[in-house]
Amino acid sequence: METLIIVLAGVLVSAATYLLLSRSVIRVILGTAILSHAAHLLIISMGGLKTGAVPILGKEVSSFTDALPQALILTSIVISFAVTAIMLVLAIRAYQKLGTDNLLKLRGFNDD
Amino acid sequence: MSNLAVLPIIIPLLSGIILAFFPKKLTLVRSLAKVFITINLLVSGYILFTVYTTGSIILETGAWPAPYGIILVADSLSILLVFTTNIIAAACAFYAPHSLSDKKEQYYFYAFFFFLITGVSGAFLTGDIFNLFVFFEVLLMASYALIVLGGDKVQLRESIKYVLINLFSSILFVTAVAFLYAAVGTVNMAQIALRVQEVDQQGILTTIGILLFFVFATKAALFPLYYWMPSPYVKPNPVISALFGALLTKVGIYSIIRVFSLIFIYKIDLTHEVFIWIAGLSMIFGVIGALSTNNIKLIIAYNIIPAIGFIIMGIGVFNETAVSGSVYYLIHDMIIKAALFLIAGTVAYVAGTSDLRKFSGLIHYYPVLGWLLFVSAFVLAGIPPFSGFIGKLLLLTGALSDDEIAIVIIGLISSLLILYSIMKIFIKGFWGVKDESFEPKSIKGLTGPIAFLVAISVFLGVGAEFIYPSIENISTYLLDPEIYIDSVLKE
Repeated sequence: METLIIVLAGVLVSAATYLLLSRSVIRVILGTAILSHAAHLLIISMGGLKTGAVPILGKEVSSFTDALPQALILTSIVISFAVTAIMLVLAIRAYQKLGTDNLLKLRGFNDD
Repeated sequence: MSNLAVLPIIIPLLSGIILAFFPKKLTLVRSLAKVFITINLLVSGYILFTVYTTGSIILETGAWPAPYGIILVADSLSILLVFTTNIIAAACAFYAPHSLSDKKEQYYFYAFFFFLITGVSGAFLTGDIFNLFVFFEVLLMASYALIVLGGDKVQLRESIKYVLINLFSSILFVTAVAFLYAAVGTVNMAQIALRVQEVDQQGILTTIGILLFFVFATKAALFPLYYWMPSPYVKPNPVISALFGALLTKVGIYSIIRVFSLIFIYKIDLTHEVFIWIAGLSMIFGVIGALSTNNIKLIIAYNIIPAIGFIIMGIGVFNETAVSGSVYYLIHDMIIKAALFLIAGTVAYVAGTSDLRKFSGLIHYYPVLGWLLFVSAFVLAGIPPFSGFIGKLLLLTGALSDDEIAIVIIGLISSLLILYSIMKIFIKGFWGVKDESFEPKSIKGLTGPIAFLVAISVFLGVGAEFIYPSIENISTYLLDPEIYIDSVLKE
C-alpha cells in the first residue's frame, strides 16, 4: 500500500514541477497546490499505513493508526491554504496593476 | 522560572494582536510599539543574563515530558540570537515612524512587524523540528505582508517571486520532516539526535540531512540557491529591508548550525566538506554581485551572501575556533547588516535615487551619516579593532589549523572586495563634487537608530575580551551534542 501512495506522490510531484516551470501565474499556483498535496500524502504514508482503528479513544480495539502525522498534516494544510490564498490575491493584484499574467513579461518596471 | 523561555515569543505576539485593533491611531500605535519592543528587549536581556548565570532554560509546554510535547530550549546560542534580534527590532521600531509613510503605517505595519519578531524568536527557541517549520511559516507569512506593503508594481512582481520560492522550500521542509519521521520516528530534535547517534547515521539519514540543508540553504541564500534573494530584499521600505537582511537569512543559517552540530555530525567528511566548497563559492559569487551594480541597496543586499558564506565555512571546518568564529560572525553580521540597510535607505531617501552615478558630495550636507557609513564599511570588511575582524580571524585561524588553504585565500580576497564594494558608496556618493543645486532633506530621527546599531557593533569589536569567553562557551557547547540531549531528555 505504501508503495502505491509513494508512486502517486511521485506523479503529483512531477506534475507540480512541470506546472511550476510554466509561464502563467495561475498554472504556477496550481503547481504549488499539487506539490503541497504530494507532501501531505507523503507525510501520511511515512507515518505508516498499517491497518488500525481511527485514533479516537473509546473504541474496543487493540491498535490505532498513528495520530501524530495526522496532526502534522492538519497544521500543514491550513498553512498551505493560507499561503495559497495570499498567492492568489497577489496574482490578482499583479494582473490588475501590471496587466499580464505571463511571468516572462513581468519585467521592465524598474523604479531605479 | 522555566516559563521565562516563552516570554520572547509571547510578548511580541500579544503586542502584535493589541496593535492590530486600532491601526489608524498612529501616535498611540507608534508609542505603544516603542514601549512593547523595549519591554521585549529588556526581558530577553534578563533571560540572557539568567541563562549565562544558571544554564539553559528548558520549557516543556503543557507539562508533557520532553519527547512527547513541544519543548522550548533557551540555551546560550539561541537566547543570544533572540537578544540580538530584539536589539535590531528596537532600532527598526524607532526608525520606522520617520521613514514609512503614514498610509503604510496604518495598514498594520506594526502588527506584522511584531509577528515577524514572534516567528524569528520562536524559530530560535524551539526544540522541535515541526514546530521550527511552523515558526518559519509565522515569520514568512509576516514577511509576505511586509514585502508587498504599499503595493507598487515592482513590489508586486518581486513578492510573487519571493512567496513562490519560500512556499516551494517550505513544502520541501515538510517533505524532509516526513522522511525524518519515517526514519527515526520522532520530531523532537534531541531525540532525533539520540536516535541518529544510535544507528550511526546510515546512508538514508545523510540523504535527509542534505535535503534539510537544501531547504535551509534556500532560506539562507547560499550558493547556488541565492538567486531569489537580492532583488526582493531591496524593493520595500528600508526598515523592512533591514529586518529581512538582518533576520530572515540568519534564521536559515541558525537552523543549519543547529541541525549540523546536533543531529547530522557522524559523516563529517561527506556533509561538512561540501559546506566549505559552498562557502567559498558563496563568497565569490556574492562579491561579484556586489561589485557588479551601482544600486546602493543592491550592493548591501549582495553583501549578505558572502557573510552567510563565512558563517557556513565555520560549520564546515567544525573545530572549536572556527565554530566560535561562526557564532561571533553571525551576531556581528546581524547587527551590521541592519545598520547598513538603514544607512543605504537613508542615503537613497536624501539623494532621491539609489543609483550611485546620480549623486555625489553628500558629506557636505550629512557628515554624521557619511562617517557612520565609513565606520560600518570598516566593521563589515573586518578592519581591526572592529567586530568583523575578530570573527574572520577566528574563522580563518580555524580553517588554517585544518589545512583548508584555498578557503582562507578566498576569504581574504573576498574581504578586500567587500571593503571595496562598500567604500565605493562612500567614495562616489559622499566624496566628490559638492552639488550646489542639492536641497538637503531633514533626516531627524533617522540617524539615531543607525548610530545605536553601529555603536553596538563597535562595542562587539572593541569589547571582544569581554564577549569572547561566552562565545567560546557556546562553541564548546555546540561541539558536544550530549549536553543538549541530556538537558532536554533529562537522562
